[in-house]
Amino acid sequence: TMAATKASKEQKYDRQLRLWGDHGQETLENAHVCLINATATGTEILKNLVLPGIGAFTIVDGHTVSGEDAGNNFFLSNNSIGRNRAQAATELLQELNGDVSGNFVEESPDKLLDNDPEFFHRFTIVIGVQLPESTCLRLGSVLWNASVPFLICKTYGLIGYMRLVVQEHTVIESHPDNALEDLRLDQPFEEFKNHTNSYDLDSMDKKDHSHTPWIIIVAKYLEKWLSEHNDQLPKNYKEKEAFRQTIREGIIKTDGGVPEDEENFEEAIKNVNTALNLTKIPSSIENLFNSEQCNSITSQSSPFWVMLRAVKEFVHDEGKGSLPVRGTIPDMIADSQKFINLQNVYREKAMQDAAAVSKHVECLLRSVGKPPESISEKDIKLFCKNASFLRVVRCRSLAEEYSVDSVNKDEIASYMDNPDSEMVFYLMLRAVDRFYQQHSRYPGVYNYQVEEDINKLKVCVNSLLQEYSLSVNIKDDYIHEFCRYGAAEPHTVSAFLGGSAAQEAIKIISHQFVPFNNTFIYNAMSQTSATFQL
Amino acid sequence: LLFSLFREKKRTKVVELTENMVVDGGSGVSFEWGGRWSHIKKFLERPGPFTHPDFEPGTEGLQFLLETCKILVIGAGGLGCELLKDLALTGFRNINVVDMDTIDVSNLNRQFLFRPKDVGRPKAEVAADFINSRVPGCCVVPYPFYCVDCINLSRLFLRLEFHIIVCGLDSIVARRWMNGMLLSLLVYEDGVLDPGSIIPLIDGGTEGFKGNARVILPGMTACIDCTLELYPPQINFPMCTIASMPRLPEHCIEYVRILQWPKELPFGDGVVLDGDDPEHIQWVFQRSLERAAEFSITGVTYRLTQGVVKRIIPAVASTNAVIAAACATEVFKLATSAYIPLSNYMVFNDVDGLYTYTFEAERKENCSACRQVPQDLHFQQSSKLQEVLDFLTENASLQMKSPAITATVEGKNKTLYLQSVPSIEQRTRANLSKTLKELGLTDGQELAVADSTTPQTVMFRLCFTS
Repeated sequence: TMAATKASKEQKYDRQLRLWGDHGQETLENAHVCLINATATGTEILKNLVLPGIGAFTIVDGHTVSGEDAGNNFFLSNNSIGRNRAQAATELLQELNGDVSGNFVEESPDKLLDNDPEFFHRFTIVIGVQLPESTCLRLGSVLWNASVPFLICKTYGLIGYMRLVVQEHTVIESHPDNALEDLRLDQPFEEFKNHTNSYDLDSMDKKDHSHTPWIIIVAKYLEKWLSEHNDQLPKNYKEKEAFRQTIREGIIKTDGGVPEDEENFEEAIKNVNTALNLTKIPSSIENLFNSEQCNSITSQSSPFWVMLRAVKEFVHDEGKGSLPVRGTIPDMIADSQKFINLQNVYREKAMQDAAAVSKHVECLLRSVGKPPESISEKDIKLFCKNASFLRVVRCRSLAEEYSVDSVNKDEIASYMDNPDSEMVFYLMLRAVDRFYQQHSRYPGVYNYQVEEDINKLKVCVNSLLQEYSLSVNIKDDYIHEFCRYGAAEPHTVSAFLGGSAAQEAIKIISHQFVPFNNTFIYNAMSQTSATFQL
Repeated sequence: LLFSLFREKKRTKVVELTENMVVDGGSGVSFEWGGRWSHIKKFLERPGPFTHPDFEPGTEGLQFLLETCKILVIGAGGLGCELLKDLALTGFRNINVVDMDTIDVSNLNRQFLFRPKDVGRPKAEVAADFINSRVPGCCVVPYPFYCVDCINLSRLFLRLEFHIIVCGLDSIVARRWMNGMLLSLLVYEDGVLDPGSIIPLIDGGTEGFKGNARVILPGMTACIDCTLELYPPQINFPMCTIASMPRLPEHCIEYVRILQWPKELPFGDGVVLDGDDPEHIQWVFQRSLERAAEFSITGVTYRLTQGVVKRIIPAVASTNAVIAAACATEVFKLATSAYIPLSNYMVFNDVDGLYTYTFEAERKENCSACRQVPQDLHFQQSSKLQEVLDFLTENASLQMKSPAITATVEGKNKTLYLQSVPSIEQRTRANLSKTLKELGLTDGQELAVADSTTPQTVMFRLCFTS
């Protein structure tokens, strides 16, 4: 039954639902992922997408399974040697999760690009593994024009490489690790002021006094401070310390003058620093407000940009220069009633602000001929709650990365100031691609080739650096090492990349958490990594 | 130095196989094929500029992995499944795996060696079966729940001589125990550590989108206890909040779990709340809703209830894949000296982009686990034994669970306090409110403390302050 399936899925996916919620899971279940090349890296990536329950996958691979393939790949058995690799891998990957629908196309991506490039338009994301440069560039162009996200992955010896190519990726739920609270103590709103006025600390009995939320305490003492300091907030350390002292003096004392144990007051004192942070629109959000997409809303605009524009208008109108109130407060020492009442003050204000934003959304939608219900209240509320944490990721295209005219020379050169920086592996991978173009093989695959290929690879390195006018030095050791690798794809490095890439794909599909931008290098020799924007 | 740890063990080729092993029965089917190990061979048969100084290219390295090297994997869950796969596909064939758990539906989103039909079966067994059938020639020997307890684990160690231990555990206590176990196996001659007695420990941990991997050489590099502060103690809500001033939905759930259940015993006398029983959770959920309604608290859901009662940590396949892979790479490096191992701690976080940070954790001067010297305890003569107990449990570097304290008083061994045996607890409870002086303890005297966090007794030295 439908209900039984839903219940068993809830159980099965419980641990991940706690990370991205039911709505996140829904985006996964509606996704169709394309994997090109079922090498160990490819199947490891797909494994980590099949397990959490993507809707469907399609493996595109024209190769037949070799002995080497069966040796490092958990999803290719030695019995499948000689069979088409896409088909063989699909069987064992499909078996991981009955909820997922697995498909395969026994064809090389180059052939598909020749005959039917629109084949790739149907996918939520295309993941290309161990692809030669020419195929990457061709496919990159097709996917860029079709606005299909493209994730390129490569395991080469002990080096892992990922490149994300997506024009514009918006994130409402970025789930920041250490977000600052939105308490508005520096510019208290009307309802909050009324609420704090309902407290008279001096006339409270001890129980109430000790269980008053620290937010109220800071607000009260701040009010007093402002009246005594010409409406100026405590600015420097000296003033903040003096302010803390006023709160300290507010602690009830025994007849003997000994301060009682009032944890809520201690909390207030501890939180003064962050509580006095000025309410500000983060510069990242200001930048989004100033962007083209925000300022020209059309019928093609995605809900993200419509809502952002609405928030911008809110800021200039009802918000009086501030974003909609988030509506959450941290837990603190207080009795239930005082805490809940205070929490409700923030919640109601947040609802009010979201309602105002909603009106702006409706106006905008009408102005471009779309029905006002096309963006739900629920989505608007979620957007407002996350207004400080919105993120937009824009990656440069492969064409831009590879073109002599737009190569990011500065980034490459500055990292290469340290000749052992992970950037050297990026350059080596580019050089190795060049080697493949010239010799139709990778360097050092067979033992006898290792020595002689070193010089050949060095020629490729130098021509690469010359073409891009990069005056950087690549140590001979790295050229030797890359010949030594012989294009090996060891399982543990494939598995590391498998986990990394799968999670980036999940971020793209779910629009939750923030994807990397745009080049990631993993060095298994030193267990270090780096991200570059190329 | 690292490679020399294995030189002795490498010379003894393990020919006989242990009793439970899955044998590729005499059907004559070969489990080798052309090119099988070609990806690995490039790292073992070719010299290179970044190899470990001890590395010697040749065919011996692969032979050692395939025939001799013995690995113990602790845990067959999220990390364990990944580790077994990674090790098997890297050439390790003699693998033992320990896990006392059985398979649950909620494991299936990441513990990929298990299927719906396996629910209820022991993890170690199912994992071993799967790997052995998927990776021909690999011999994973399981030690499932009915075999595992501290005594048997110790016997396992003494009998089987592991080269490397890899941990994919979900509890800090278990990690510390394992850490202590390996420390207890160290041999010192005239105060000098015999490197042959060192068994490297690779430890991995994950939580949501965060994880870490570390390499520990017991007696030489930072051990688990040296960096205990990296695992801050779990904070429980204060009782007064739970009992009379709830504010969050979690407070309501804890109230039902801690106070209401023991009072009402809804499923009968002596029936303890079982987080895995949906009926129990449902009961707690309903009562929590009632409690929350009393205080106008919103947000109590079934999912939250289960999460609080079971202390659920969110988990996904991807993080486990990354961390296990990093650990397996280190096992490979240590076993073959192909490269210099991680020195010694890597953290990973892919919430915002992908972030790794690698550093060398330092040994603590006065680590209670890996330093041979008793740690000083500073108390006044008039301090009560309870204060010592509190220190042992609350101190961030010790974080003991329920320490048992004994001392030699007037020539006789005296148990000062022991919580885990009810009769002894009753007998010694009065000592907690006595002062150290009243208990006959003297300045400089040694206290022996036993606890679940370590297989060895930890020695402390009492230093009276004025």
